[in-house]
Amino acid sequence: MAGDLVTREYTSISYVSGPLIFIRNVKNVSYNEIVRITLPNGEERSGQVLEISKDVAVVQVFEGTSGIDNFRTKVRFTGEPLLMKLSPEMTGRIFNGIGHPRDGGPGVIEEVSLDVNGMPINPVARDKPSDFIQTGISAIDGLNTLVRGQKLPIFSGAGLPANKLAAQIGRQARVLGEGEEFAVVFAAMGITFKEASFFMKAFEKTGALGRAVIFMNLTDDPIIERLATPRCALTVAEYLAYTQGLHVLVILTDMINYCEALREISTAREEVPGRRGYPGYMYTDLSSIYERAGKIKGRKGSITQIPILTMPDDDITHPVPDLTGYITEGQIVLSRDLFRRGGNPPIDILPCLSRLMNSGIGEGKTREDHRNVADQLYASYAYGRDLRRLVAIVGEEALTELDRMYLTLADAFEKRFISQGDEDRSIEETLETGWDLLTILPEEELKRIPIDYIRKYHPAYREVG
Amino acid sequence: MTEGVISRISGPVVTADGLRGSQMYEVVRVGKDELFGEIIRLDRNEAVIQVYEDTSGLRVGERVASTGSPYSVALGPGLLSSIYDGIQRPLPNLYEMSGDFISRGVFPPALDLSRGWEFHPSAVPGQKVAAGDVIGTVSEFYLEHRVMVPPSAAGTIKEIHEGSFTVSEPVCILDNGLEIPLMQIWPARKPRPFRKKLDPDTLLITGQRIFDTFFPVAKGGTAMIPGGFGTGKTVAEQTLAKWSDTQVVVYIGCGERGNEMTDVLYEFPELIDPRTGLPLIERTVLIANTSNMPVAAREASIYTGITIAEYYRDMGYDVALMADSTSRWGEALREISGRLEEMPGEEGYPAYLATRLAAFYERAGRVICAGSGERIGSVTIIGAVSPPGGDFSEPITQNTLRVAGTFWALDTNLAYRRHYPSVNWIKSYSLYLDTIGEWFSEHVAEDWREIRDRAMYLLQKEVELQEIVQLVGPDALPDSEKIILEVTRMIREDYLQQSAFHDIDSFCSLEKQYWMLRVILSFHERSLRAMNMGVPIEGILKLQVKKDIGRMKERSDADSLKDLIEEIGQGISELLEEE
Repeated sequence: MAGDLVTREYTSISYVSGPLIFIRNVKNVSYNEIVRITLPNGEERSGQVLEISKDVAVVQVFEGTSGIDNFRTKVRFTGEPLLMKLSPEMTGRIFNGIGHPRDGGPGVIEEVSLDVNGMPINPVARDKPSDFIQTGISAIDGLNTLVRGQKLPIFSGAGLPANKLAAQIGRQARVLGEGEEFAVVFAAMGITFKEASFFMKAFEKTGALGRAVIFMNLTDDPIIERLATPRCALTVAEYLAYTQGLHVLVILTDMINYCEALREISTAREEVPGRRGYPGYMYTDLSSIYERAGKIKGRKGSITQIPILTMPDDDITHPVPDLTGYITEGQIVLSRDLFRRGGNPPIDILPCLSRLMNSGIGEGKTREDHRNVADQLYASYAYGRDLRRLVAIVGEEALTELDRMYLTLADAFEKRFISQGDEDRSIEETLETGWDLLTILPEEELKRIPIDYIRKYHPAYREVG
Repeated sequence: MTEGVISRISGPVVTADGLRGSQMYEVVRVGKDELFGEIIRLDRNEAVIQVYEDTSGLRVGERVASTGSPYSVALGPGLLSSIYDGIQRPLPNLYEMSGDFISRGVFPPALDLSRGWEFHPSAVPGQKVAAGDVIGTVSEFYLEHRVMVPPSAAGTIKEIHEGSFTVSEPVCILDNGLEIPLMQIWPARKPRPFRKKLDPDTLLITGQRIFDTFFPVAKGGTAMIPGGFGTGKTVAEQTLAKWSDTQVVVYIGCGERGNEMTDVLYEFPELIDPRTGLPLIERTVLIANTSNMPVAAREASIYTGITIAEYYRDMGYDVALMADSTSRWGEALREISGRLEEMPGEEGYPAYLATRLAAFYERAGRVICAGSGERIGSVTIIGAVSPPGGDFSEPITQNTLRVAGTFWALDTNLAYRRHYPSVNWIKSYSLYLDTIGEWFSEHVAEDWREIRDRAMYLLQKEVELQEIVQLVGPDALPDSEKIILEVTRMIREDYLQQSAFHDIDSFCSLEKQYWMLRVILSFHERSLRAMNMGVPIEGILKLQVKKDIGRMKERSDADSLKDLIEEIGQGISELLEEE
């Protein structure tokens, strides 16, 4: 791409609308290349080519278009895609949404520069994610296990403590039997200074800051940079994972702000809208972010993603959580109801799921009875929750003795299993708590657990033995 | 061959000038990297091209060369156990050529051109042959790969040779000079010809109780699995790919997760086909176009898959095609349509969505194959649908409903309870019940339809009773209805729930399915009779046999289930004696 050495600089901006500028009479422009824009006052901005037709190029300006005029502003085409300068010295640094230093430090002296869009991993080259990550949180470890190389989002609602949960995962996550800690790549998209500072403090307290790379695009930063933020972060993550051989935990927050930005740009481009005004290609666009999680055969590192997204009005069918759920390997869902009743963390396990759980648990990884205990807890808790509704109508007296046991189980489950606060539980502790709860039910109700495991792990048998 | 220049670029859609004389759906090479593209609109001098690879870095003014032929699929021995992307590039070869990430402009041949195949002719020189006739065989794993005269060719055989050939070497020469190699090339968007379509009247055995017994799909039929995220569409599709009793399975991962395809790649070589005893991968063709791979190739992947399926059908085999998910294919259509600035229909989808969907599903069918002899082959299509927000009123679900014969509605609430497969028995239906009834009577049991309908009736009744319970509590029901709730709970938990990961339960033979349901229904019958004779319901609910019914799934021997019916009888007679 560095073929032509002639600088191609134009002053022919013909039209400015929202974050977009249209430049006439351009030649030899390539799709998706980066442009440098010099304002009349000397300020420098950058942008990216979105569309070219004959001699008109449509460019989206990363830092916004205020101050751009259609007479003196100069536009220079670089012929390169958006590149991220990478080096091992990036850990501990803070960057803005498009990867420029934000902490007042010097620019990165690159070892290599990579296109932030990345390239799709060949499915044949992918390694199967199967290393159990112990997060110390029972609702996740026990029932919706996270494995290395997975993408598991947290679906939250306004005011629910998703950040606290993410920080706790970041602090406690480790792979059993390995001393190695995760390197953290954190991308803040459109969150407030307060939220960002919560994370910074959390990282600082645990010493994670030294092994973190942080990208900040706060609420008042240009929204167009927001589209590049997760891509820059993931490019760094890929570099750390596949070149430096680190296990990387990527936290992306908040994906809803990213999608709002996507919608804003789409509207400015006058594209045909899909559901709720979001562009029809949002699924493809989101997948180009989420699919960058994973492991590659023969390379040491891995990328585990924990995107956070706030469901507008707690609506899980809203296009953003919906499309996310279709791409990610499960989801952790927070519940307002449980939060009000003091759940901490308020994880509602029923809509939660981890699609890669089976490959990370069982004999040799966690424990042989893990799957069955999880299934039994799920089924029993779901039934107990159903009974609550019935009790509200007919009263507790109308229930059979067995149903009352289920009701007790559901309450105890929320209190003891889910609501653990800051405790860091080992997987054994989690499973033991699960078995303890199951003793509330008569043994023949434990249909999901094979008899051998009941004999081996059921507290009633062990006390006798 | 004409050449033009790029005049406009917008994502995967590129416009080129100067391609006058090229055809719709012709393949073109775009730019200096020779990206793979297809013409989707012609307007005087201008051609609009959808590009199957990432267009970053492409420039206005770069050249576009037409190739003169439409997008075609290479068909021949070596397809089985292959894994391709949406435009039939073998992914292992791409991996060797360009590493861990998929790069552009690389085109390894779809079939290995250097590998030799042992060809055994079945036709002789002097024999007259026409399109579709089998002239010999090659063994592809366990499968007898039948080499056919390509469609539109005919003549008298001049030469035919036994021996080892590569896919491109001619094995047979006709008197008109036409050479027939092992490999055929066929345009993906055009259905392959056959002699006659037949009624689908044979069951596609899947080993899944909710599918086979309650909502069966016939060989050559179509089925759809819609469901919100997390309802188990992919697990259902993969289970069907594992256990369907067809000779060939084509699995299309269309716009889905990369790790899921990896899972299939790791699992299928290990899993053993219960019918042949060979690894499942040896009967499977995988097409993987994950969600982050180019969107236009996602659109093509469906056609690549169905063409391969039709090719094996033409040999006289039963083929099952799993498409996961057709919604992503529809979204690819929408994305391209949006870039073309077409007038949108419902929810931004193009107005021709329904036509395209119908045309795809119509390529399923049970047919008498082209050529001499009465070869019967079939293609069954099972399409997953991912409705946004789990809302079945959206265009792709609705348009698929019109063409699909079996509807397996996945239910989020069942999935939340970990009731898998989370098929909702009230909403689902099968239009093949009548046509395959005879098959069932002949191969399973005379009264299959009767007991299936009785179980369905009870499940329907349960919904009504649950409504009453929600209003006035369970005590208000008479005992004869309480027992229905008990029996339907058995049907739900001990019959419909089936683990895809359990060693024994993951595949349930038709005989076992039949007897399991018979056991549950006879429990209902005997209990009712006993209650009429004065036995209290509490006694029945405490019967030891209930526990055994709960563990029926774990038995591998279907015959032993018959004993349970006796056990029920015994238990009940004991209760009667106590009275």
